[in-house]
Amino acid sequence: MVGEHLLEVKNLKTTFLTEMGSVVAVDGMSLHVDYGETLGLVGESGCGKSVTAESIMRLLDERTTKYEGEILFKGQDLLSLPEKKMVDIRGNEIAMIFQDAMTSLNPVYTIGNQIVETILTHQKVSKKEAYEKAIEMLRLTGIPSPEKRILEYPHEISGGMRQRVMIAMALSCKPSLLIADEPTTALDVTIQAQILDVINELKKELNMGVIMITHDLGVVAEVCTRVAVMYLGQVIEEAPVDNIFTNSLHPYTKGLLKSIPKIEGDRNKKLYTIEGIVPSLHNIPKGCRFAPRCSFADEQCRTQSPVLKETDGGHKVRCWHYEKIGQMEEKIDVTATS
Amino acid sequence: MSQQQAEKEARKQSAPILQVKNLKKYYPITSPFGKTKDFVKAVEQVTFDLTEKETIGLVGESGCGKSTTGRTILRLTEPTEGAAIYKGRDLFTLKPKEMKKVRKEIQMVFQDPHSSLNPKKRIGEIIEESMKIHRIGNKAERIEKAMYLLRRTGIREDQYYKFPHEFSGGQRQRIGIARALAVNPSVFILDEPVSALDVSIQSQVINLLEELQDEFKLAYLFISHDLSVVRHISDQIGVMYLGHLVEKASTDELFENPLHPYTKALLSSIPIPDTRVRRERIILKGDVPSPINPPSGCVFHTRCPFVIEKCKKEKPIYKESTNGHLVACHLY
Repeated sequence: MVGEHLLEVKNLKTTFLTEMGSVVAVDGMSLHVDYGETLGLVGESGCGKSVTAESIMRLLDERTTKYEGEILFKGQDLLSLPEKKMVDIRGNEIAMIFQDAMTSLNPVYTIGNQIVETILTHQKVSKKEAYEKAIEMLRLTGIPSPEKRILEYPHEISGGMRQRVMIAMALSCKPSLLIADEPTTALDVTIQAQILDVINELKKELNMGVIMITHDLGVVAEVCTRVAVMYLGQVIEEAPVDNIFTNSLHPYTKGLLKSIPKIEGDRNKKLYTIEGIVPSLHNIPKGCRFAPRCSFADEQCRTQSPVLKETDGGHKVRCWHYEKIGQMEEKIDVTATS
Repeated sequence: MSQQQAEKEARKQSAPILQVKNLKKYYPITSPFGKTKDFVKAVEQVTFDLTEKETIGLVGESGCGKSTTGRTILRLTEPTEGAAIYKGRDLFTLKPKEMKKVRKEIQMVFQDPHSSLNPKKRIGEIIEESMKIHRIGNKAERIEKAMYLLRRTGIREDQYYKFPHEFSGGQRQRIGIARALAVNPSVFILDEPVSALDVSIQSQVINLLEELQDEFKLAYLFISHDLSVVRHISDQIGVMYLGHLVEKASTDELFENPLHPYTKALLSSIPIPDTRVRRERIILKGDVPSPINPPSGCVFHTRCPFVIEKCKKEKPIYKESTNGHLVACHLY
């Protein structure tokens, strides 16, 4: 590989120490993000996608959380940095936007105050310059008449506007990495389309790397260049975005794609379902974690854990039988068409 | 296929089981001294019919009045104006005692399975309770029926004595559905029943709802903001914007030939989980206006890309294009 990645996570393992024993929320996570690239992190609730993000930012309470592995940001291991250095990076070089903009904004400060606070923390500028910068950022995110908005409080503006404010705040220091944790989940589709557009535009303008965490495969198809699918704390498949949709290899990814109702095509067909529910992190299945819900699972799957194996062109999959499953499905397709 | 179509045709002929006519709901905004200052115009002149074994979907963004529509039909909030004719009787004029009887036949399933089940009751009791209230069967029969319904909705019978918190979101939604089924209803009002669920669980619950519809001959009013889910389950779809039903058509017709600019924008902004499909997206400017002060004329004119002078002054009336496709827009 030429050069270094903007962010490279190597074998990250995040363990929560709880009263009921320790829980490994993220287990052996490896991924990388380059400049100007959007990596999608997909999975269902509890799969560890948010914990991965919070580990990268080191937002979790370190008295009850144990990190193992390496998180290299511009070649520097974030996990070994002292907290003071970390403060310089958070919000400055790596910024994060959250799902719920209402609870992430401080209700007793004006929008302007909150953006200015971020700028003043990280940059040596006067208050006046900071305000001008804040107005500029709000304009960039498409907020009409930002000079007036800057004096308003979070409750005075709509959900879509709040998310724009969050983006403005996150990008006010021109970070090189943006982590967006379900930024549009709480928004309506027409507003979601606006926000995704804003994120995409600004990514190009600032040449940022973006990690887009979402459970919505539609959003992934719209904005991501590469996708990592997570299940129970592990990446089970990673591929360029086109491959995920045209040639997914892992039965879980395939199942997810098939179980979404489509906007076109036959609607009288029954929806495909993945049987069962996601097991609890307290008792992770032996062997392949997806085996209990997988219709292709055999003895090997139930006893031995598969590794994340690279097939070709950056496509990685964690499955013992992905080749066999692919062939079997081809056969099914042939018999179905003939 | 032809048989299915014939069945659908036959269904269209049969009289509607529930007719909602000109439904209007205004919430008063009162000053601290109890004087009414203004109204939140949540639902305005909504009209639709629901036929036996049919599903009508109501879609729209938050605050468009789709949930309020569902709730007023059951009089969980009192309607301001209009009528809901169920089996020949107007629900809005019924006395509380009579209304209670009707509630047995029209049941509701809520979005949040975490807050809609009593946390202090065992799930078996939760399902039995509704039968008890409506005096259905004796104790033994009720338990047997609750057991059957649990099994039917995919919960193991030995979990009868467990509490709601011991179940996952999808399972809790199944319990909510079993509870609604317990009193032999003929209409389900489903308010975002799968929105809180993960994709893999969502498809399980949708399939279950479809099976139950056939088995128990239920009519569904399916309220959701997710157009792909609504498309999958509904026979007819009504699109709502700021309290108004702006377009109504059969599902296939609506998706193939959307007429209202809002419907078009809504359809174009759904992210499609496939990179091979690329579409022209219509991105609407701005936000939904406040329902306290809705725009004059057509409520959508502030965001409409095709706005003309007439839209700002005159309220559009429904026009029928082809076979029951209704649209409220000056451009048609």
